[in-house]
Amino acid sequence: MNISKKIVENDHWTEVIQPKKSVFSLNLREIWNYKDLIWIFVRRDIVSVYKQTVLGPLWFFLGPLFTVYTFVFVFNQIANISTDNVPAPLFYLAGTTLWNYFQACFTSTSNTFVSNANIFGKVYFPRMVSPISMVISNLLKFGIQLLMFFCFWIYYYSKSEINPNGYLLLLPLLIVLMGGMALGLGIIISSLTTKYRDLSYFIGFGITLLMYATPIIYPVSAIPEMYKPFVIYNPIAPIIETFRFSFTGAGYFSWSGLAYSSVFTIIVLLIGTLLFNKIERTFMDTV
Amino acid sequence: MTVIQVENLYKQYRLGQVGSGTLRDDFARWWNSLLGKEDPLLKIGEINDRTAVATSDYVLSLRDINFSVQEGEVLGIIGKNGAGKSTLLKVLSKVTAPTSGQIKIKGRVASLLEVGTGFHPELTGKENIYLNGAILGMKRHEITSKLDEIIDFAGIQRYVDTPVKRYSSGMYVRLAFAVAAHLEPEILIVDEVLAVGDAEFQQKAIGKMQAVSKQQGRTVLFVSHNMDAISRLCTSCLYLKNGGLEYSGRTDDVIQKYLSAETKIVSSIKYQSVDAPGSRIARLIEAKVINEHFVSKLNYNIDEKIGVNLTFEVLQETNDLIAGFNLYNQMDVHILSSHDTLNQNKTYSPGIYKATVWLPENFLTEGMHYCGVAVMSYKPFTVHFHDVEKIGFNISDKQNGETVRGNYTGVFPGVIRPKLTWDKI
Repeated sequence: MNISKKIVENDHWTEVIQPKKSVFSLNLREIWNYKDLIWIFVRRDIVSVYKQTVLGPLWFFLGPLFTVYTFVFVFNQIANISTDNVPAPLFYLAGTTLWNYFQACFTSTSNTFVSNANIFGKVYFPRMVSPISMVISNLLKFGIQLLMFFCFWIYYYSKSEINPNGYLLLLPLLIVLMGGMALGLGIIISSLTTKYRDLSYFIGFGITLLMYATPIIYPVSAIPEMYKPFVIYNPIAPIIETFRFSFTGAGYFSWSGLAYSSVFTIIVLLIGTLLFNKIERTFMDTV
Repeated sequence: MTVIQVENLYKQYRLGQVGSGTLRDDFARWWNSLLGKEDPLLKIGEINDRTAVATSDYVLSLRDINFSVQEGEVLGIIGKNGAGKSTLLKVLSKVTAPTSGQIKIKGRVASLLEVGTGFHPELTGKENIYLNGAILGMKRHEITSKLDEIIDFAGIQRYVDTPVKRYSSGMYVRLAFAVAAHLEPEILIVDEVLAVGDAEFQQKAIGKMQAVSKQQGRTVLFVSHNMDAISRLCTSCLYLKNGGLEYSGRTDDVIQKYLSAETKIVSSIKYQSVDAPGSRIARLIEAKVINEHFVSKLNYNIDEKIGVNLTFEVLQETNDLIAGFNLYNQMDVHILSSHDTLNQNKTYSPGIYKATVWLPENFLTEGMHYCGVAVMSYKPFTVHFHDVEKIGFNISDKQNGETVRGNYTGVFPGVIRPKLTWDKI
């Protein structure tokens, strides 16, 4: 909505509601004013997930563990795909930990409008509060998985099977990039699905395809030369590779790759904001 | 001071299956915007009459709405279903954007289009107070400072730490309303939330809204089908019809316009001699509901005297003619019947006569009433005409403190409401 907080000429209107507003006005100040709501949403997401479950947050831990050992069995034992001399469980965990965060953020934010239609139709608050709170609440799940990863990592490190390096310090940046990219892509999809519902069907298998196009279950070194561009131009790949390289010393790291991912994230966030701003004002009429 | 100013407001909706064929329209819009032309589809739209068959894919839910609201005013919005009331509230509360025109607002707005928006069934009462409060725009510390008051108002002290999915529906609504009631916006927008909940809750809700406007000088916009609540709460009213602003002004006048337009009940009816109901002996010429100054009107305050006046023509001389009057309420309860025994033995020569019967003040209850007027003979009993459910009137209680209601604002049952005498205790 157009909330021009500036005083309009001589009138002291606090708000002027108009059909259109500047597409780039993200209005960070308004979102900041609603920071309490963001935290309450985060709390709601976290608390409501494991109410009435016996194992509670343990589920965040068990799911990925089963997945990783399935990967070890299928891709490493049966298909014999190389893990670049890194112990297989650690190799897959290094790939899936960040990837799971991306996937969780992306699938939840890409559904923003449709799943919140009920609330959005009844009350106004900056709509961006919802996807932002999801990216934050998914951090908890990510944190638990990261903790699990650390346990494995320390175990293998104590056995000197891996060679971590100073790029470890890039971890916060990697998390921000992953969350930002998921948020940007998610709000683009959520904006488009309000009108073209077909997209939500595409997302289901699109995310699986994207996972196979990312070096998670295979190292970059194992990719045949002719398919390498698919992986190199995948903006998620440098983030996953940097993570794995910094913790295990296997794989590739390049500043240019990371820069490419950063630029991509910024562009996606800009386009997302633009679309989201355009859609949030009228989506109730189409959803 | 003007706190809300609405200028040339339009809202267009697409009819039918949204999503199919929109690509073509989207393309047309995009192409025209590239050429710098105005959106060709923007002002297309029919008047929103849901009973008429649609000929265009677009409909105007709001059509050139202009009005302003003063600080401290309680503005009622009335109209039939589909007249655009809820759309107007949605645009005002920023849930959806207008198609063209603008709204200027001064002050913080809170809208209650539903009670308990965003309640999460798994969270406890207390957690939901925070969640709902924050969704409605309250800051965390504001909620914390009012937490005890809210729990107290809702009357759920024992259940604050129980998930709301275990609540009874009554408790749920009470908790939700308690949060909303403790919002402190400058402008409060309320959609028929009063339609849900029991009598006690409705009373609490109306009382709270009155307190908000009268004692705290806040502005309230209130949509309801309940003319009774509207006339008690609102200082002025908007009457929407098919998306357009049909009439606005003082609540009394607007309700009158609305009732006569939408219920087909009028305050007076006149017949031409050809289609006049009647017999060879007498026929009806005119029937009307009047106040004590013989002015015909539809809406009365409960402490007003109401007269029913019928003009009839006698065609043959007779000494056996009695005027009669029946009264029904909106539930079709036949409240009373009355015969003009005073003029029972009068000899009528052919000509025009007027009979008037008076209903005392403080006698009927609030709501719509319908009249039947008749002229009959007793020997033998014949009804020359009985004209039913054409004329009528509406009674409201503006609560000046003198009526039977006193200061009570809730549901007041009963078919009639005479002022009875109570002995001193």
